Amino acid sequence: MKKLTADKLFRWTATAAGILILGVLAAVFVFLLIQASPVFFGDRAAAEKTISSFTGGRTTSFLAFVGPLIFGTVLASGLALALAFFVAVGIALFISHYAPKRLSSLLSYVVDLLAAIPSVVYGLWGALVLVPNMYPVWQVVNAVFGWIPLFAGPVSNPPRTVATVAVVLAVMILPIITSMARDIFVQTPLLQQEAALALGATKWEMIKLAVLPFGANGLVSASMLGLGRALGETMAVLMILSPGSTYGIHLLTASQNQTIAANIAAQFPEADSLGVSTLIASGLVLFVITFIVNYIARRITKGGGKLTFRKKEKK
Amino acid sequence: MGQRIDVNHLNVYYGDFHAVDDVNMVIEPNKVTAFIGPSGCGKSTVLRTLNRMHETTPGAHVKGEVLLEGKDLYAPDTDPVAVRRDVGMVFQRPNPFPTMSIRDNVLAGVRLNNKRIAKSDADDLVEWALRGAALWNDVKDRLDKPGIGLSGGQQQRLCIARAVAVHPQVLLMDEPCSALDPISTLAVEDLIGELKDEFTIVIVTHNMQQAARVSDTTAFFNTQGSGKPGHLVEMADTTTIFSNPQSEETENYISGRFG
Repeated sequence: MKKLTADKLFRWTATAAGILILGVLAAVFVFLLIQASPVFFGDRAAAEKTISSFTGGRTTSFLAFVGPLIFGTVLASGLALALAFFVAVGIALFISHYAPKRLSSLLSYVVDLLAAIPSVVYGLWGALVLVPNMYPVWQVVNAVFGWIPLFAGPVSNPPRTVATVAVVLAVMILPIITSMARDIFVQTPLLQQEAALALGATKWEMIKLAVLPFGANGLVSASMLGLGRALGETMAVLMILSPGSTYGIHLLTASQNQTIAANIAAQFPEADSLGVSTLIASGLVLFVITFIVNYIARRITKGGGKLTFRKKEKK
Repeated sequence: MGQRIDVNHLNVYYGDFHAVDDVNMVIEPNKVTAFIGPSGCGKSTVLRTLNRMHETTPGAHVKGEVLLEGKDLYAPDTDPVAVRRDVGMVFQRPNPFPTMSIRDNVLAGVRLNNKRIAKSDADDLVEWALRGAALWNDVKDRLDKPGIGLSGGQQQRLCIARAVAVHPQVLLMDEPCSALDPISTLAVEDLIGELKDEFTIVIVTHNMQQAARVSDTTAFFNTQGSGKPGHLVEMADTTTIFSNPQSEETENYISGRFG
């Protein structure tokens, strides 16, 4: 009898926790909606004046205000993910399959430690170390890859650019991706790995045959978690980037882009009540972007790791 | 054609633990050789030294030599990867690559050995290997379906096809039927009898009836107890081992008096 009560208690506690998270999410969404509504349903003239002052008279439309911010956010985060992903997978594979046991536990520990560093510290590092020193690097990148529009000049000095921001964001999201990827890779069934080795696979071929397909699903999840962190990152961007409000894709040129989160932090202190509403509306947009990213990730991972064979399996 | 294996003074260690003591044996080409013995006697360990798979266990190493047609598998300049291309292996539980189709599973090893293979050659090879594994008629209409969609016995035959497709000289089987039902077991046993025309086959089995049914030669391994190294007690024609064993240990084991 007593056992049964404990069982019930636990079940309700767990259920309550599950409902709580949904409730919190809904509350955040409702809060954003209510706070943002004056921009869309209040005094039109006042709203236009506020947006005009935020954009330096460039536009009075909310969409034209938030558009470049969306672009800047996705650009910086996407770039950060592109930089971090392969490094993270490399580190994770080294830890799971190449490093001697001692070194691999040390490395795991260090990676987990990196994840605990607050973003403001990464921002300081970016502003005080990368910004003064990255200019020559970006010059080289521009000289070699300048024919790709992304890396076309002019190269700004100091490089308070999206490129530098992306490097810092990449370092920030590296630990979370690495740590998840490692946890997945070490779970690869030994039997699968032996199957590959017994066919005469080298270690790298074994990883391609057994480890990566097994981990594909988890790698998508890990990337999305990293991307989510980069999308919402505020301090590091704020401390490094010289903002602009264009759809510019010249990563090496300053004053081109700004992210939603950094823009909110930058303009919040001087905003009046309608200004705050406008910023919250942009926050709502960020919320939606994050939601879409997670939805896409879900869609990709559905079907249990058969990323590459999804097409063939339909029928 | 299958090749002959000579095992001379083979000792296997896991770190400091002496797992197998001084094994000497000849494995004849195009014959089925069965390793039998109680758990912990080292029969699987010895099997895995024949294609250096034991090296995937950290700290595992051997002393002595294993000669494949006179060529030492443990010579300093021998690449274990190359060894495993000559000596294929089938495992206790079926392990097709889960994300691959049946066809891609069969071709997995071939694609490692020579990256590019013409489609028609690949088609021929897939059919040949699947026929060899007595699986062709079951799967010829669904080669593009995932290999894990097959039944356990079919999966195991798919793994045999995959091992056979790279044209090894020797095929090692580590209790290949232990996860299969009796009907699938029978299918795999029949298959073993056919495969020995082309390959030298070494099979580890817990099942003495199976050893008696499929093998030409049987090697009996034993151990003095846990923590003690396993050793080869005797090796002879399967009929001799089961009807007239030289050693009392063997006699006790096959008559079911222990182990």
